[in-house]
Amino acid sequence: MADDRLNSAGPPSADDLREAEEQFLAAERDDPASPYYLGDAPVENDRPPSRRRFMLGAMAALGAAAAAPGIAYAKTLGATERTVPADPTKVQGVGVKEDDGGYGVRSQFESDVRDRYANKTNQSSWSFTPLQNSMGLITPSGLHYERHHAGIATIDPTKHELFVHGMVNQAKKFNMAALKQFPAVWRLMFLECSGNGITEWEKPTLKTVQGTHGLTSTSEWVGVPLSTILNEVGVKAGAKWLLCEGGDGAVMTRSIPLEKAMRDCLLAYGQNGEAIRPEQGYPVRLFVPGYEGNMSIKWLRRIEVADAPFMTREETSKYTDLLPDGTARQFSFLMDAKSVITYPSGGMLLRQPGFYEISGLAWSGSGKIVKVEVSTDGGRTWNAATLNGPVLPICHTRFTFPWQWDGKDAVLQSRCTDETGYVQPTIGQLVKERGLNSTYHLNGIQSWKVSGGEVSNVHYY
Amino acid sequence: MSITTNCGLGIAAALIVCTSAACTGSKKPEATSQTTQPTTAQTTSATTSSTAAPQPMQQALIADVSESELAQFFSSMPDGRDLPAGSGTVMQGATVYAAQCASCHGAMLEGGIGPKLIGGRGTLAATPGNPPVKTVESYWPYATTVFDYIKRAMPFPMPGSLSNDDAYAVTAYILNQAKIVPDDATMNKETLPKVEMPNRNGFKDAGH
Repeated sequence: MADDRLNSAGPPSADDLREAEEQFLAAERDDPASPYYLGDAPVENDRPPSRRRFMLGAMAALGAAAAAPGIAYAKTLGATERTVPADPTKVQGVGVKEDDGGYGVRSQFESDVRDRYANKTNQSSWSFTPLQNSMGLITPSGLHYERHHAGIATIDPTKHELFVHGMVNQAKKFNMAALKQFPAVWRLMFLECSGNGITEWEKPTLKTVQGTHGLTSTSEWVGVPLSTILNEVGVKAGAKWLLCEGGDGAVMTRSIPLEKAMRDCLLAYGQNGEAIRPEQGYPVRLFVPGYEGNMSIKWLRRIEVADAPFMTREETSKYTDLLPDGTARQFSFLMDAKSVITYPSGGMLLRQPGFYEISGLAWSGSGKIVKVEVSTDGGRTWNAATLNGPVLPICHTRFTFPWQWDGKDAVLQSRCTDETGYVQPTIGQLVKERGLNSTYHLNGIQSWKVSGGEVSNVHYY
Repeated sequence: MSITTNCGLGIAAALIVCTSAACTGSKKPEATSQTTQPTTAQTTSATTSSTAAPQPMQQALIADVSESELAQFFSSMPDGRDLPAGSGTVMQGATVYAAQCASCHGAMLEGGIGPKLIGGRGTLAATPGNPPVKTVESYWPYATTVFDYIKRAMPFPMPGSLSNDDAYAVTAYILNQAKIVPDDATMNKETLPKVEMPNRNGFKDAGH
């Protein structure tokens, strides 16, 4: 059944995903810098070796002690390999721009990547954000999740034009310089694929939070309000929908309600302080706040104003939610409130009883998160978590909860409430309402079981 | 200038406003990004700088567009509005399918790298042990969407390469193999919107 849910030109079967994840975990378990490290090296000072930064510190100290005069580490993605001196206080460091060309690189000791899972094709494909190591609110642009239907388009921004036509007073086209001349706005907002959790409806399938929840990320998005551009062309009376079209090989199209477009949609050309990445739609994408990610059409080249939805493939045969009676929910745009504990999470090992700070993310397409509760006993009792600000509408919100683990079995859960009063449901409640063939929009409460220190993905409701 | 009055963003508290229209004005092309000599032990990460030749600032362009300029695009609605000219028969479509589609979707439309295209009627309602089989035949509510998607995004290795005639023809062939249109059917902008898909009434608006 899971295989059929994933049946399309790209996404792999649940078995493929499990296999890819297992390969990833096998390597991570031998890596002392990984949160999934299972090595049996003694732990210093009885401190729970919980956080990646502790591990990294220990690793770096170890490396420096062993190095004479310096050792080189394996090159990691996004980094420049540098020789580690025995004592960095006794030598000059690397010169400015000496080996990074003026565009910085991350530390060679960092290895997070978003692309974990093999696909039938690399073009109709996806990649997952490594939430297990996430901190704060912002996802680095290079770790933002992806979903493409025909690969990443390569577009010269000086040749890119956005056409706006249909039920308008005057059809116009805008080049990038023109779009950037309009007053810009910027907002921190999450994006989430409605397929996030696709493997987890019936039973726990993937082991890590990257696999179960990694199709969501938060960036600061910069752009011009879509309403500004629509006002430039003048929308005619009777118009109700827009067709937004991408300039990729899928010429991806979705119908967007005009009311939503006028309310808060952006034509985004900036992400986290620089131009959006090619895989995020360079040079300009639509951003539809709080709605399922595929509506935020990338490489946006055309907007057609109309009086009805166009019933494109992506809003009929895909991204519709099949119910038990055989009918399907269509235009299920909103990403309902959802939360997940990112630490500790599936695949990690808690070495000994003691203090742990549970940390996670909560978000809602309807607005702000007002409350997150954490349970360590599988939902029997709940306690308020701390919302670590800023708490922004339609944005990942970091929560923490202090936990003294007594070494006994525990089931960790988080449950969020948004400003509309919507409370995150259990997976069981969702299944009761929508059955097991709904594919999209799984926002149920995630359960991580802690048993013998091993953290695993379970269904518990 | 107050952007909150003309952009319509509902949540003003989260809005930080750039009132300058000259946001792009500070970009200065780098003249000499290759003067740094990479040391021998390091791989050069500056190999792309040769393509970043200094460019003049792009002039902002907002221009009226004519119908002829818009002819490069296409879109379609279930009522057939905007469908392009052209036509194709089931028989023509069989040839196009074999050449362009079968390698991914299977000789019998049974699926492969690409999804299965036919079959699955009556499988949508949940029955334990029998997963739904969602295909053009069993699930897609509008025939216009079939043409639109084929014309737009298929065949996967060469998207958008089919002529209108070939796209109509292969649409006719798939609908025929799905037992929705007869063997002698011809699909064009008049006939396609009239095709009654089996799951036409299978969707309800989630009330976004």
